[in-house]
Amino acid sequence: MDTREKDIEKLKDYKYGFTTDIENIKAPKGLNEDVIKFISNIKKEPQWMLDFRLKAYERLKLLKEPNWQKPKYPKIDYQDLYYYSAPKSMKDKPKSLDELDPKLLETYKKLGIPLQEQARLNGIAVDAVFDSVSVATTFKGELTKHGIIFCSMSEAIQKYPDLVKKYLGTVIPVTDHFFATLNSAVFTDGSFVYIPEGVKCPMELSTYFRINASETGQFERTLIIADKDSYVSYLEGCTAPMRDENQLHAANVELIALDDAEIKYSTVQNWYPGDENGKGGIYNFVTKRGLCKGKNSKISWTQVETGSAITWKYPSCILKGDNSIGEFYSIAITNNHQKADTGTKMIHLGKNTKSKIISKGISAGFSDMTYRGLVDINSKAKNSSNYTQCDSLLMGNKCGAHTVPYIKNKNFDSNIAHEATTSKISEEQLHYCQQRGLNPEEAVGLIVNGFCKEVLQQLPMEFAVEAQKLVGISLEGSVG
Amino acid sequence: MNEQLQSDFDKLVKTSKFSSEEIKIKKNFLNNFIKNGFPNRKQEDWKFLDISQIIKKNISDLSFFNGYSQSNKIDPSVLVDVLEHNKIIFINGKIEKIDFNFEDQNKIEIIDETKKDMSFEYENSLIDLNSAFIDKIFKILIKKNYSLKKPLIIYHLTNDKIKSTNINLRLDFELGENSCLKLIDYFANTAAKNFINIFYNFNLEKDSILKNYKIDKYRNNNLKYSFNNIEQDNNSVSETFILSAGSDYFKNEINCNLNGEYSSAFINGIFSLKENQQHEIRTTINHLVENTKSYQLIKSVLGRNSKSAYQGRIFVNSKAQKTDGYQLSKAILLDETSEFNAKPELEIYADDVKCSHGSASGSLDENSIFYLMSRGLNYQQSKELLINGFLIDVVEKITDVEIKNLITNIIGLKQ
Repeated sequence: MDTREKDIEKLKDYKYGFTTDIENIKAPKGLNEDVIKFISNIKKEPQWMLDFRLKAYERLKLLKEPNWQKPKYPKIDYQDLYYYSAPKSMKDKPKSLDELDPKLLETYKKLGIPLQEQARLNGIAVDAVFDSVSVATTFKGELTKHGIIFCSMSEAIQKYPDLVKKYLGTVIPVTDHFFATLNSAVFTDGSFVYIPEGVKCPMELSTYFRINASETGQFERTLIIADKDSYVSYLEGCTAPMRDENQLHAANVELIALDDAEIKYSTVQNWYPGDENGKGGIYNFVTKRGLCKGKNSKISWTQVETGSAITWKYPSCILKGDNSIGEFYSIAITNNHQKADTGTKMIHLGKNTKSKIISKGISAGFSDMTYRGLVDINSKAKNSSNYTQCDSLLMGNKCGAHTVPYIKNKNFDSNIAHEATTSKISEEQLHYCQQRGLNPEEAVGLIVNGFCKEVLQQLPMEFAVEAQKLVGISLEGSVG
Repeated sequence: MNEQLQSDFDKLVKTSKFSSEEIKIKKNFLNNFIKNGFPNRKQEDWKFLDISQIIKKNISDLSFFNGYSQSNKIDPSVLVDVLEHNKIIFINGKIEKIDFNFEDQNKIEIIDETKKDMSFEYENSLIDLNSAFIDKIFKILIKKNYSLKKPLIIYHLTNDKIKSTNINLRLDFELGENSCLKLIDYFANTAAKNFINIFYNFNLEKDSILKNYKIDKYRNNNLKYSFNNIEQDNNSVSETFILSAGSDYFKNEINCNLNGEYSSAFINGIFSLKENQQHEIRTTINHLVENTKSYQLIKSVLGRNSKSAYQGRIFVNSKAQKTDGYQLSKAILLDETSEFNAKPELEIYADDVKCSHGSASGSLDENSIFYLMSRGLNYQQSKELLINGFLIDVVEKITDVEIKNLITNIIGLKQ
């Protein structure tokens, strides 16, 4: 192996693949009523929350795991998982950042999110979820001043039960599909955001998820409510350590936008994708759904998916309010043996609703990538329109790229336009770049970044830089 | 329904001269069908239009044994008279006339024996039904280097003498090297509430050309399913045109395997639907080797209470570099109650390919109508002119001039 190859080898190694030695409290292995009661109990939840969980569990018993997706995976033994895992030192919750376990803080530093610095420098309020419990929420004072609630889900259940009760499960009901219902039964923590009427959130809100303990699933639940005429931009980043076994991540994210409100939700997902032989890695089966409840509301999803062994998710918008807008921007990159089946659903119910879908898929190595989307314009959704563009880029002939859009138009006043192309990087483009002094890797990086530009532009500044680098790292070694 | 199937099958076995081996094979198909029943919406391919529900709603007394021996007078008024052609006439599912008068009889062979090897691997219970109840498979062989001088029209006629509510039909075509066949399927039904299940199997050898035009224009209350399987060798060309406008329900399914290099497939279709019609086209093009090409264009005009669906799938094997695949579906919705569904699918495993699809649906452009009206046309005329222009695009793709004119006239389009 010459030095260049070694360098590539080094780069390919998962940057975030370290584990932190912290004592964990775990619920007993397996999924049953007692475990759910254990979780609810340890989190000191009120009765209605426990009822919510048990109702979901009852329903779950009747449901079957879906299997229509393109990437198949070995059967998951749901009785062989830990459904709750919390760092022990969390038992008595720290009051401020200084009281945090220094090891935890170090972990975040390795991840590149030193809480204090990043908070101060970027003006981003960070809510970090470590395994299943939200560790610390920075920048609280500033947010409180505006009346914004940004805290962990468990805290919200204690402190703002009325809000949680009113909105939790309204977009993703407990009667939803298998993984969403599983989450409703056993979710441990997550973020809760409430933006009061008329408030434009002055900073980007951000969460960092990290799966640490082995054999745990991460089931976080996020609920964001933007009240009338408010605005919020929310960032989510994900990482996980390297492990040989596959780990399940089944989160639920619910967004609710009332009249004239806007929610922007950005994700950079970089879970451990497994090694180059496809061993290990995260199963990322997430349910994300936004409801444009009020008129003139807007929900926009932006995602950069570079990690996970299997990504299987469809961030969706239900456009219920008149004149509401749904947007979906996505870059999905798969390399080695990664598999992705992702896309979006735009369900038009209100009048004059608009949606836009831009999806860019890049597959390299032995990977398989599927865009699957639904555009459904209801018969009452007069004068609605949708525009969809999904482009795929293939690198090598051992990978696959697929496009499966479902288009349903039941309204004659409405327009749907859909375009898709599949191609590879042309020799001419590569030649041109190399002629001007770039090496093949750089040339590919440049071209791919150009290919993704429309989506990268949608990301907030700090994330855009990270995402651009991620795009580069993910494709290292896939050329030639 | 299962008892009916069983007893009708017994009747068929009694009246036909099948060998015991054939009966065994047929029984297998029958059992498969009994096990699976009619396809329903739980199957991905039948998601948009659920045929089991549609049959339940429209045909109350399903019967499958077509014990039909009467000979019929062919009503000459239904025959196409503007075009000289060879004909095969089916009345109520039975062959009434075969006429290849324009051709060199040595170059065409028609075999009507039951073929022992009927097996066909495709997950579709309607094919099982077809294989169980057909008594003959007609095989038409076109010999090497022979091009038919005139097109062949296959008439699919029904009248009130029909004995069963289900007709199954199967034809196999073998196009020898460098041969050419122009085939028109022409539907004219006077009987109503029948389910007609047609299965064609084409084998195109090197350099051969197949042009298949399916014309279902005249309004009738039947349900139809047509399945074309096309196997293509090097440099062969298949062109399929579908006019889907007459029946209550019509699903055209085309499975095309491009097995030879430089082979190409073209599929063009028009849906022109109104009152309670539900039609679907589903295509699967498998690009299996290098340098193959496919092109699909489907347009719908949808009136009151009608529904059309297009499911197109382009599959590109990892060996099939330099593939060129294209798909476009467009729909005009004329009424609040019309509905258009599409699922244009790409499944690609090779990197040096050019594949794209597009789909657009909406109402007629008000600005265009305004433009035409400002030039003196009334609203209705403007609408008609725009629809005419929208559809003529597809007809223009027909490569045979005579047939193009015929179809233009049948649809009633203006050039």
